[in-house]
Amino acid sequence: MTIDILMPALSPTMEEGTLSKWLVKVGDKVSPGDLIAEIETDKATMEVESIEEGYVTDILVKEGTEGVKIKTPIALLSSNKDVVTQTDVKKEIIDKNTHDENKKNNIVHISKAEEGLMPTNVEKENLYNITVRQALRDAMYEEMKRDDDVFIIGEEVAEYEGAYKVTQGLLKEFGEKRVVDTPITEHGFAGISIGAAFAKLKPVVEFMTFNFAMQAMDQIVNSSAKTLYMSGGQMGCPIVFRGPNGAASRVGAQHSQCYASWYSHIPGLKVLSPWSSEDAKGLLKSAIRDPDPIIFLENEVLYGQTFPCPKDSDFLVPIGKAKIEKTGNDVTIIAFSIMVGKALEASTILQDQGINAEVINLRTIRPLDIDTIIESVKKTNRVVTCEEGFRQSGIGSEISSLIQEKAFDWLDAPVLRVSGKDVPMPYAANLEKLALPQVNDIIECVKKICY
Amino acid sequence: MNLKAKKTKITKKNKHNHDLNLLIELHKKMLLIRRFEEKAGQLYGMGHIGGFCHLYIGQEAVVVGIQSVLKENDTLVTSYRDHGHMLACDMDPKGVMAELTGKATGYSKGKGGSMHMFSREKGFFGGHGIVGAQVPIGAGLAFAHKYNSNNAICVTYFGDGAANQGQVYETYNMASLWNLPILFIIENNKYGMGTSVKRSSAGESLSERGTGYGIKNKVVNGMDVLQVRDAAEEAIRHCRSGKGPYILEMKTYRYRGHSMSDPAKYRTRKEVEDIRKSGPIKSIQSLMLNSGMKDTELKSIDDEIRKIVNDSAEFAIKSEEPNSDELYTDVTIN
Repeated sequence: MTIDILMPALSPTMEEGTLSKWLVKVGDKVSPGDLIAEIETDKATMEVESIEEGYVTDILVKEGTEGVKIKTPIALLSSNKDVVTQTDVKKEIIDKNTHDENKKNNIVHISKAEEGLMPTNVEKENLYNITVRQALRDAMYEEMKRDDDVFIIGEEVAEYEGAYKVTQGLLKEFGEKRVVDTPITEHGFAGISIGAAFAKLKPVVEFMTFNFAMQAMDQIVNSSAKTLYMSGGQMGCPIVFRGPNGAASRVGAQHSQCYASWYSHIPGLKVLSPWSSEDAKGLLKSAIRDPDPIIFLENEVLYGQTFPCPKDSDFLVPIGKAKIEKTGNDVTIIAFSIMVGKALEASTILQDQGINAEVINLRTIRPLDIDTIIESVKKTNRVVTCEEGFRQSGIGSEISSLIQEKAFDWLDAPVLRVSGKDVPMPYAANLEKLALPQVNDIIECVKKICY
Repeated sequence: MNLKAKKTKITKKNKHNHDLNLLIELHKKMLLIRRFEEKAGQLYGMGHIGGFCHLYIGQEAVVVGIQSVLKENDTLVTSYRDHGHMLACDMDPKGVMAELTGKATGYSKGKGGSMHMFSREKGFFGGHGIVGAQVPIGAGLAFAHKYNSNNAICVTYFGDGAANQGQVYETYNMASLWNLPILFIIENNKYGMGTSVKRSSAGESLSERGTGYGIKNKVVNGMDVLQVRDAAEEAIRHCRSGKGPYILEMKTYRYRGHSMSDPAKYRTRKEVEDIRKSGPIKSIQSLMLNSGMKDTELKSIDDEIRKIVNDSAEFAIKSEEPNSDELYTDVTIN
């Protein structure tokens, strides 16, 4: 009997990985629990154990192959040492699969740069293509080089190099004084970091995800946001709280919430939420240099996506300014974080159907760049807002209110909101997809108001 | 009245032969807090002070004893019962009283109130209104002292009520793990609002909870400023020498209610009266008299202090409320 050994999924968001090393060769006998390969995922390099017993009769994917999709057969096991498998046909299929899926899953947004849509005002030769993850790391690296008062603190940021590899290499470069591993005590280390910021250090606090920042909510809101005011301007708090926000993939209700609207409610905080690598790097650098407490909402699904980004180490994205990712005249689609990509996808489809949408990437949620929004409304007279978070008291609700207060006469249709459904995030794949706002939801809303 | 860095060493052996100058300084400071708080209570009754107002009367020996052995760059942070701490670290009584009355001349321009005042210059980092929240913040100040290698320490004060907050233990863990130069002072005044320590806190001792985290700890008679000072000297030596945190549990007592609106029905009048008979100020006054001071001299010190306090009250009352433009300032820096 021959058994396929399949490429395993090793994290919630992993769709493919690199087969970095084989630890067995053809002819070896393996037992359950034996290490057979090393696989690099979007988060870490993992060792893979065999769950079967038998002889390795063929290795289907070579060491060093990138973009191997999960569930692809990577080796064959047989109970009979001398079995010869017909691998040629299979190999061909696998090669094709790997190649096609590689293109599909590893989203690369380079073409947009070539169309001249992004990043703004930067010559092509001054751009480099990096993932959002690298962009965040480069931002921290550059700012730590620039200012000795900047330090990183959080769970698994140092020796583990980041639960999502965002702090990779920082411990080696800056040492344990400036890259500080904490126990799993968000309330405590958020408070300690805020105290350090009162003493004029500049902490970058990583929350493994913003779901866990709920434990630290009192310190974030009551201590970091309000103390400047309560002290009549004496006690600034130059601190950045960063980490993934919103849904990852199939991690259930307690690990899949967007907190943008929670933090945007609080005077004293600034709330930023990047989409592209350019946003991530430029905004994080601005955040670290800013004297106020900043909530920096990343997205785990975006970490592995590649975008062009300016090389200049002084490239900053201004806080409080939205970016028009695509210009259009018929409708304004307003989005932030992962929804920007979905809004752009929707706009491409709508374009084919004769609707020319303008897509605004908010970048900063508080202070909200209402001027850019109103200017766009005056041109298009129609608005759809997009967010992953819940609908009630959401970012879309706020934008909608502001538009009717400031540009009521310019509207030709009601402002519609695309949002996450009003339920705790379900685990089942089909239900999760239904709960999250999709490209089609945006298209439907746009069509409803483009009459 | 700057007591910082004063090196006078007093041991129990020479209890009847104290440095009179030191006693005078400590006494003045405690008396300033006492008279200031009495005045604050009075102004509250007259409607000049609103909202919450937590008086420190009865606990004066704690903060005065500890502050008397601190050095220039040391920092401190405390809860909302904070007037005494501000006066003990030489913040201007006028600015404190003006803040209590919500005036533009207050330390926070009238925007903080009784619970929220700060002075970077004096190393006072508040003034925090959420029970226990100042404890990790204090450890953060200590983290910065260590990060900057400036040989300073942070003294973090909290009450017996806060001692049951989870973040206190998160902080103990990290402070000990990272050897932070922090002195935790538990001001155990026996009641967390209206609930006695016995009814709220498991175990025999609040300070001994530090033992599990490897933090040295000690119980001190917080009604005796000299005992507080001795204990603080030892603890601070430990913290400053890089050996990590230290916990001192001060057994003390607040004479007044939790806040101005507390009828204090949870304890008997006799309990309060018994403690008042030998309060921290009476004790040091009798030491001063034993060391050769005269009653008339004590009286003139009291007059001097009363004048400072009355001046601060007059200043506060006469000061203007903040300009309405101030509503929107200081929300963010940029």
